[in-house]
Amino acid sequence: MNRNKILYSGAIILAVTFIAALLVALVLYSIGASPLATYKTILTGPLSDLFGVTEVLVRSVPLMLVALGIAISFRSGILNIGAEGQIQMGVIASTAMALAMPHAPKAILLPAALMAGALAGAVWGGIAGWLKAKLQVNEILSTVMLNYIAAQVYTFLLRGPMLDPNELETGSGTPQSMRLPEMAFLDTLVPGTRIHMGLILALVAALLVWMLLWKTTLGYRMRTAGAGAKAARYAGIPVERYLIVAMLMAGGFAGLAGAVEVSGVHHRAIEGISSGYGFAGIVVALFGALHPGGIVPSAVFFGILLIGADMTQRSASVPANMVLVLQGVIILSIVSAQSFLRNPYAQERFFRWFGKFSSSARKAGKGAQS
Amino acid sequence: MSAGLMIYNVLCLAVPFSVALLLAALGENFNQRAGVFNLGCDGIMCMGAFLGFMVPFSLKATPWAAYGNLLGIGAALAVGAAMGVVFALVTVTFRASQGIAGIGLQMLGWGLAGTLFRHFVGGVTGVEGMAALAIPGLSKIPFLGGVLFNHNALTYTALLLVPACWFLLYKTPWGLKVRAVGTHPRAADTMGIHVDRIRYQALMLGGAMAGLAGAYLSLCQAKMFSDDLVAGRGFIAVALVYFGRWSPLGILGGALLFSIAQSFQLSMQVWGIKFPYEFAVMLPYVLVIVVLALARKARQLGPTDLGKPYNREMRF
Repeated sequence: MNRNKILYSGAIILAVTFIAALLVALVLYSIGASPLATYKTILTGPLSDLFGVTEVLVRSVPLMLVALGIAISFRSGILNIGAEGQIQMGVIASTAMALAMPHAPKAILLPAALMAGALAGAVWGGIAGWLKAKLQVNEILSTVMLNYIAAQVYTFLLRGPMLDPNELETGSGTPQSMRLPEMAFLDTLVPGTRIHMGLILALVAALLVWMLLWKTTLGYRMRTAGAGAKAARYAGIPVERYLIVAMLMAGGFAGLAGAVEVSGVHHRAIEGISSGYGFAGIVVALFGALHPGGIVPSAVFFGILLIGADMTQRSASVPANMVLVLQGVIILSIVSAQSFLRNPYAQERFFRWFGKFSSSARKAGKGAQS
Repeated sequence: MSAGLMIYNVLCLAVPFSVALLLAALGENFNQRAGVFNLGCDGIMCMGAFLGFMVPFSLKATPWAAYGNLLGIGAALAVGAAMGVVFALVTVTFRASQGIAGIGLQMLGWGLAGTLFRHFVGGVTGVEGMAALAIPGLSKIPFLGGVLFNHNALTYTALLLVPACWFLLYKTPWGLKVRAVGTHPRAADTMGIHVDRIRYQALMLGGAMAGLAGAYLSLCQAKMFSDDLVAGRGFIAVALVYFGRWSPLGILGGALLFSIAQSFQLSMQVWGIKFPYEFAVMLPYVLVIVVLALARKARQLGPTDLGKPYNREMRF
């Protein structure tokens, strides 16, 4: 039964993706690009060599971490749109931590930097959770606003207090922080590529999130609070407290993603480091059915899309903003499909119509044969 | 500089700043009154801003150039209404969760505007935009004349739309239906009101007004288009609806409060009071959170079925 359900949802998600791809093909066609060629570049281009494959995995690490946090928050009934800002806060905190102790040994510095990032993200997310729980501030609006605030804090710090002193002296003035001490780097997995230990970290995190949500009392309560706040409250679950906990965790994962990007890929805080991972993470989480088992493959899939979109920008001159369009269309299609899955009446009506359609098609087929 | 002149300067700037917020929030008010929470407002504004810019830009060297601005505004209204229909299809017909669907629509509008802009235009280019239209006689009134009667046509339209929206919402049968559908859709349905049809109409109207708000930004305020032109104003507009307690007059007050804060911030830079630019930009966003936190009692005045999809087949 359970397996059937998974297959069924899988089929629906595939159908939805197909519809979304068709809709976006219309847009591609209208700006004079060939939809088929563009899709071919996006999907096969990144996988054509080892370097491309590792780059896809590099992109999928932050997506995975962000999406895990978003899955926790969505499952607990609070919609975290603020991952973008939480990532930036994580970047700032982990960079500051790593630069504060340049001579510490790796065993201390690396965990400290990652923890600092997660903590800063958690605080930034926790603000929205607290506002929701105590003052009933709509969490979507507050997290969106916190995104804009974080972006300004980030540029302020990078252009002022955290600016690399060398940039001031040599004069190029690129807003970026000093390079991290090497003891704060995440190790590279494959020599000559950028793929780093963060991948292992993200996979372990996926396992932990699964255990948290489905194998612990805390996770059970959080999911109950998300599934029906009134019923949960009636059963004695302090829903508001779990809203805050969920936002702390969601922010923590986003902050960790930022810290991992710094110590694994860029080795310093630069402008535009989050590059839309916060928004893409929402799509990854929804596409992975808000389950760690689905999020891991869907993060890799969106890693391919992000790299592929960069490639089409160069080869087929389709602007990379196209990814945002694709993400938007996928979100709209998925939420539509989800409510279809929740509504037994609509399903019954659809299958009755579909059955009539297919049986009449069969009849027509038989008629043609005889 | 005298205090009176300072206030005059701040207010003269504040009125044009408030227009985009006002238009979008008045439109969003119809959505929310009908029970649909449209967070895609921001994306609709992006598309409206793009088309409002694109149409006059591409008509520049043609005989149609004189009508460019009008056609641009028309295109922005049309694309807004069309995106309202898309949102209605997803949230009313398919009954999807409105919060996430809104974010999806926002990404779609934002991404599409950016994609089309990069493909058809490429770099930063200005348009002539709409010129200020001083109302003869009235603009000569001391103080008030400069603050209220020396702007472009869209500003006057937006200000006149406040009483118009109030009339539409409270004094016409359609307005009554909109409020009924957002407050108790089942009762409305029993009385023979087509809940889904009214929600579609409200979303189309709200979308068109968000599109107009976008066109105002690109045609009148910035006189150009860029990806981050809208910069979350759609979300601020949604918050203003809460702040204004779902009434057009309250929304006008909220929009003015926000734009006065913004123009005060700009004026302070002009007066030479030094503080980091980033913190000035941050101000309206902080203000939104504060306003939402303070407006929590207002929620009881809002439409009771806000955010809930209506399914006439469900029995409970």
